[in-house]
Amino acid sequence: MLEEIFRDQWARVFAALVSYSGDIDVAEEAAQEAFVIAAERWGRDGLPDNPGAWLVVTARNRAIDRLRRDRTHADKLRRLDRPEPSEEVAMNETSIPDERLELFFMCCHPALAAEAQVALTLRALGGLSTPEIARAFLVSEETMKRRLSRARTKIRAAGIPFAIPREDRLPARLGAVFAVLYLIFNQGYGDGRADLTAEAIRLARILLDLMPGEPEPAGLLALMLLHDSRRAARVRDGEIVVLHEQDRALWDTAQLEEGQALLDRALALGARGAYTVQAAIAALQAEERIDWPAVAALYDRLRELTGSAVVELNRAVAIAEVEGPRAALAIVDALPLDGYRYFHSTRAELLRRLDDTEGARAAYERALALATTEAERRFLNRRLDQL
Amino acid sequence: MRYALLINERPEAYEGLSADERAAISAEYTTLMKDERMLGGERLQPAETATTVRVQDGEMLVTDGPFADTKEIFGGFYIVEAGDLDEALELAARIPATRLGGSVEVRPLVEL
Repeated sequence: MLEEIFRDQWARVFAALVSYSGDIDVAEEAAQEAFVIAAERWGRDGLPDNPGAWLVVTARNRAIDRLRRDRTHADKLRRLDRPEPSEEVAMNETSIPDERLELFFMCCHPALAAEAQVALTLRALGGLSTPEIARAFLVSEETMKRRLSRARTKIRAAGIPFAIPREDRLPARLGAVFAVLYLIFNQGYGDGRADLTAEAIRLARILLDLMPGEPEPAGLLALMLLHDSRRAARVRDGEIVVLHEQDRALWDTAQLEEGQALLDRALALGARGAYTVQAAIAALQAEERIDWPAVAALYDRLRELTGSAVVELNRAVAIAEVEGPRAALAIVDALPLDGYRYFHSTRAELLRRLDDTEGARAAYERALALATTEAERRFLNRRLDQL
Repeated sequence: MRYALLINERPEAYEGLSADERAAISAEYTTLMKDERMLGGERLQPAETATTVRVQDGEMLVTDGPFADTKEIFGGFYIVEAGDLDEALELAARIPATRLGGSVEVRPLVEL
């Protein structure tokens, strides 16, 4: 119960404190102290009327104490010397602005390395601890600690703003936020770790909440939900199960329906971006009878948006259903993806359908050599056995 | 905050440009210099005019030029006053070298 409230409130309290103190380290320390005090006091006296406001006010007082103690922060002290809002006003929910959107843009600023953007977002907006993030991204705690600390130093020293970007810069900057959230999702989805996909979905919900008029956040959340709805059916006995062999009874209908509704909302808002297109593809693939020409057309659109060879590979899979394996193979063979495992498994599947057993075997073996998870290896081994 | 905008140019960036094109680029640099956020800046002579000094075991080692196999050569710098990194990046993006195959490194100055 407390834990849930803490998780929900962490990003708001942290964002409020970054805004107030202008210092991400002071903000984190103060927020942490406020949560410790809350755990102690609320456990004894029960919840205050407005837990969020209580936490912000308490954290703010801790920040002031810390900055007063620390005389080297003279300039920040000056900033804090503005008149204090009275406790009563501050405790009023509506008077506490929600600064999480600024936090998203600060954490995902393109001047930070991609892995630092991911780590900061999970720490600042997800409230995950450094060891949790380290485990999620398979690096040592020490490495993650260094990464976070370097990022915090850069934010302060380079003057990375805690602000919503100017209108003309917004699309590009929002793209970085989407990329980070989708990276977190994919890391969890690829390894079958529900905690990370759930976290990415939670963060995408916050983003959508903060930008209800922007179309693409709805598309991104739709995409995550549509993929995640199939999670339980994706692996059976430790082996990857391809879409058309999945047990639909295992799909999460509620997630699927929410994803579809969000996709409709994104399209109604005029979304035409890469995440919405991918969500549209995922929605089509959830249908009992898949409209392959429509899927191929959407991949065509996605290729225009991304210029990606991997997208072209996926388009070839749809083309195989529409025009047959030979047309698909012609597309695949022209792609510069020799180091990519799905390139070889796709080729293998097409060759198998063309009755080129030897070619298929060689391609499956190449894919097997590049496979990264045990579930993939099992899948490929079974395919090899079936040739 | 103060930032240094360190301009790295592609050495042959100006080759093949007409006199008019060169004049247009010079005008852009002049406009930039007039921006009130510009605290100062200098353009360097070409890399061939440079001399590099090292000290090894107390002995001064002087060599001709920088080791100029790099695609970009440090060509000059600005010092600017900007509210935050985004503002500094915006000024940096207005430097013509960024369009001509070069790049600008944006570094905050140490404030004492």
